Amino acid sequence: MGNRMLRTLVREAGSLTIVMAGVSLITYGLIFLTPGDPAYTILHERHGSPPSAAEVAAFRAEHGLDEPFVVQYWTWLGDVLRGDLGTSYVRSEPVTSLLVQHLPNTVALALAAMAVSLTLAIPIGVVSAVHRDTWIDRTSQFVALLGVSMPNFWLGYLLILAVALSLGLTPTSGAGTLAHLVLPAITLGSGLAAIVTRLVRTSMLEVLEAEYVDAARSKGVHERLVVYKHALRNALIPVVTIVGLQFGFVLSGAVIVEVVFQRPGLGTMLVDAVFARDYPVVQGVVLVIAVTFVLSNRLVDLAYVALDPRIERGERT
Amino acid sequence: MSERHSRPESDQWLSTRLLEWVRDRTHSQLAWSLRENTSVRLGGGVLCLLAVVAVLGPVLTPYDPTAQALESRLQSPSLAHPLGTDALGRDVATRIAYGARVSLGLAVVATAVRVSIGTTIGLLAGYLGGLVDAALMRLVDIQLAFPGLVLALVIAGVLGPSLRNVLIALSVVGWASYARVVRGNVLEIKDRPFVEVARLYGTPRRRIARRHLLPNVVSPVVVLATMNLGTIVLTAAGLSFLGLGAQPPTPEWGTMIAGGREYLRSAPWLITAPGVAIMLTVIGFNVLGDGLRDVLDPDHLEESDRRRV
Repeated sequence: MGNRMLRTLVREAGSLTIVMAGVSLITYGLIFLTPGDPAYTILHERHGSPPSAAEVAAFRAEHGLDEPFVVQYWTWLGDVLRGDLGTSYVRSEPVTSLLVQHLPNTVALALAAMAVSLTLAIPIGVVSAVHRDTWIDRTSQFVALLGVSMPNFWLGYLLILAVALSLGLTPTSGAGTLAHLVLPAITLGSGLAAIVTRLVRTSMLEVLEAEYVDAARSKGVHERLVVYKHALRNALIPVVTIVGLQFGFVLSGAVIVEVVFQRPGLGTMLVDAVFARDYPVVQGVVLVIAVTFVLSNRLVDLAYVALDPRIERGERT
Repeated sequence: MSERHSRPESDQWLSTRLLEWVRDRTHSQLAWSLRENTSVRLGGGVLCLLAVVAVLGPVLTPYDPTAQALESRLQSPSLAHPLGTDALGRDVATRIAYGARVSLGLAVVATAVRVSIGTTIGLLAGYLGGLVDAALMRLVDIQLAFPGLVLALVIAGVLGPSLRNVLIALSVVGWASYARVVRGNVLEIKDRPFVEVARLYGTPRRRIARRHLLPNVVSPVVVLATMNLGTIVLTAAGLSFLGLGAQPPTPEWGTMIAGGREYLRSAPWLITAPGVAIMLTVIGFNVLGDGLRDVLDPDHLEESDRRRV
């Protein structure tokens, strides 16, 4: 057992290194998709007129863009490993300090959205499964379908219109207080809630048919206790791991939701940087998101293996 | 086809005929269960309706989707303008109909590219195995390291805001799920007797892959692609909403919502209509996908793969 875990860990570390190397290469290489010469394009768009050759040369020299790609990438990677993500072209501030300013808002939003989604999804999913194929089940399935099919930015504006503008209950935009967090969290959380509801329902249906639940029933355990104690606890194990895997969904969604609510965070920072061609910031945010996503997925995978000894790595295609 | 006639008396000929007979039987049965499935009918119906609107849009409406008519700006829904008019006096219903072409067309093309890349990679990885498999699967891991929307956003942004670049961005991300699903299926069937027999007959590997492996991954790929079409419609609308995709005055649903947010209070129909259009389209794909999965592939797809952008 311990041996197997160790082997898994070593293999994980190996593939993790390769993936991280690939992630860093893509993150750095993306800016070279810029049509034409990045330095020229950046200066052209910034000034609205074609820059002189001297300006382009000066910009390249300042930001190390005059080296060959491999040298640039290697220098950048070395800096990144030392915790230096470069300096913003636009704001002349280190990217790391910009990240530190913006990260807490996004983390708060992501956690709040996950909380919203679980609060909605677990009860609805369980009730749906217990009352399988009744109108309760069908209604909740339909609501879940609406939830996964609704563009979250649109839901955001509907909520702004109804809750913030018409009822005046919350601010329409910004960040800082708990009131600012309510609408963005509901907007982002509802899409996730729809996915999780279906998972809870499926998982619950499977567990309710399992032998130990029958056993508990035949011992005369009260049905409510069967559902909420025996079944729910087991049904939630796969749900928790898959919710972990939805972290990328949450981060992607946060980008758009932050723009809707003009909420400072990684998302607004990324979108602003993309439009301003502030490449060090783009690279910094993408790297943070990708690394967080990879590590959270690996942790979830490992937790899954640790929790359930029947699962061998590699079996999950 | 030619080798069937070269040795008509051989076992191979007989087994081919037998397989074809079984396949034809299964096909008619399949067509029947597809027609009987409520989800397939509902989802397919919604999508057919949308496709009709997209194709017949110009015939159905007397208005031009981009010409400004400032004398009739910001009118609320009426008989002349069933979904109202926008800030430049353009008929919202007309723009929704033209927007259907953009959304559906983009989703279909992007999905086709993803399916081609992903299926090829999955087939190669699963069938060849070994080092090729290991290398390709690392590529898949690297792709999956980026949330799809984030990667597409950056690619589209760096290439420059335009509908074409959103299409490129959405085509080159998101193939990893197909690669994983196809690889898994190929691993499962590549040692089955019918593949073994083909191999013993000296069938070339390319032909085995095309004739025996590919047909067996069609079902899960079709299901995955249907679900994926909905996600792409959502993501493309999101990118256009951010200003990266279709540029004004192109009628595109996400761009229309972005343009309507200034008039959220005075003209709420400007964001309501395109939002409902997006939602209907995505519902269509999701319901159809659910139905197809029930009929074609009851338990092969993980929820996490289906929902990936």
